[in-house]
Amino acid sequence: MENVIANARPAPRAARPPIKLNLRVLRRAYSSLAIVALWQLGSNAGLISPKVIAAPSAILGAFCTLVVSGQLAPNLGVSLGRVLVGSAIGVSIGVGLAVVAGLSRRGDEIVDPPLQMLRTLPLLGLTPLLILWFGIGELPKIVLVALATTFPVYLTLVGGIRSVDTKLIEAGRVLGLGRWGIVREVILPGALPSALIGLRYALGTAWVTLVVGEQINADRGIGFLIMDARDFLRTDVIVVCLFVYAALGIGTDTLVRLIERRALAWRPKVVPE
Amino acid sequence: MSVLANPGVRVRGLSRAFGGNMILRDLDVEIAAGEFVALLGRSGSGKTTLLRTLAQLDSADSGEVTLPATTAVVFQEPRLFPWKTVIDNAVLGVPYADARERGIAALREVGLAHRVDAWPLTLSGGEAQRASLARALVREPELLLLDEPFAAVDALTRLRMHRLVLDLWQKHRPAVLLVTHDVDEALVLADRVLVLEAGRIAFERTIAAARPRDRTSAEFSALRSELLAALGVEDDGADAQRCRVTPSA
Repeated sequence: MENVIANARPAPRAARPPIKLNLRVLRRAYSSLAIVALWQLGSNAGLISPKVIAAPSAILGAFCTLVVSGQLAPNLGVSLGRVLVGSAIGVSIGVGLAVVAGLSRRGDEIVDPPLQMLRTLPLLGLTPLLILWFGIGELPKIVLVALATTFPVYLTLVGGIRSVDTKLIEAGRVLGLGRWGIVREVILPGALPSALIGLRYALGTAWVTLVVGEQINADRGIGFLIMDARDFLRTDVIVVCLFVYAALGIGTDTLVRLIERRALAWRPKVVPE
Repeated sequence: MSVLANPGVRVRGLSRAFGGNMILRDLDVEIAAGEFVALLGRSGSGKTTLLRTLAQLDSADSGEVTLPATTAVVFQEPRLFPWKTVIDNAVLGVPYADARERGIAALREVGLAHRVDAWPLTLSGGEAQRASLARALVREPELLLLDEPFAAVDALTRLRMHRLVLDLWQKHRPAVLLVTHDVDEALVLADRVLVLEAGRIAFERTIAAARPRDRTSAEFSALRSELLAALGVEDDGADAQRCRVTPSA
């Protein structure tokens, strides 16, 4: 039946799946919408104090005000910049150290023990030290993000390098690849799936770290907006900022997923798209 | 290991032990240029160790190995790099400027012209093994090492692969060392069959019959019995049946 229809007119069949998907998305949204509606009703009835949490409508209003007044965009840019610069530094260091530790025994002996020790330090607990060392400007925030991203990338890339199939390395050798050729053509591409998981995790951690880092002595950025709002009991602005953080986190995660889709196109799709 | 201008393989007094366990003992083997040799032997007889030595994946404890300048290996598993397309797998490490053209030609020879840009993980077992064969061919090897390359494919595909390997060998004429467990496979393909036992050649037979060979001929059955006996298996019919891959199966 399905086939007959598909053969007769292929166009309607192609148009059908998105509608089905939208219905499913809508069904999944019911409960969330209901919660927001109850929240709004509670606020209107005076059951929920705006000092505890502002009404959804107030939050939406605060969002519009922040956008229109031009407060949001520059601070968002500052926060995004901190994460991107800090991550770029942290990821570069993580990749460099992982390649050294993953490819040579001596490298592993030199690099791995201190990194494993550093990794156990509570990162956010370093904040006071970072302020003492680097002051209260941009540097401590970027260093904090860089530290947070180094370890996930290091650990997953070392793991990825170690788990590359030795049979493929042998195949590379019989094909006449030299040491560097094997690293470039076999080991690094083989380790890439793990490394990209590490990158996603690293960027997630980067945002969490920045949220904390920005609440200490920041004069710009989303964290600064939150601290400023706290002083004026503006729970609506705080919630807007939290959503902005979440959106930024989703944004960078989507970026890595796009990279994954391109770089790992060779992997069979477990879940059909 | 030295490389001779005159292609062909010469192994003299090769010994190899792993952890006190002698795998190859003072082994002598020669393969002439263009000769197809099948190497049989029970598990642990040292077949794979010999092949890996010739592939320069393992080193010898003692002895002398002379190899032609170019060698290619096809393993039991295709060992394609999953992150490279079929053509990129085929031409990886090929030094010629026209590598891609050569790669496409080799893929056409193994019947994979339509899969040139496919990802390896989308290939069937037989297709992947043919891609692996093409990857070996592109290198125009003077010595082709086949390590049970048909063990993991189904019986019908195996028959087709036998024909393909014979065609390619007759066209390109590399020296071939085929490591296999399959007595019939050895008898259908090889000029000479060796049986390795406890690290030494225990049995050797030249097969002069013209190809394609008739698996049902009396000569073939006699050779099979002889080989099975050399491998320590009684050819009581049932075993022969099990070892045989008839086209009707």
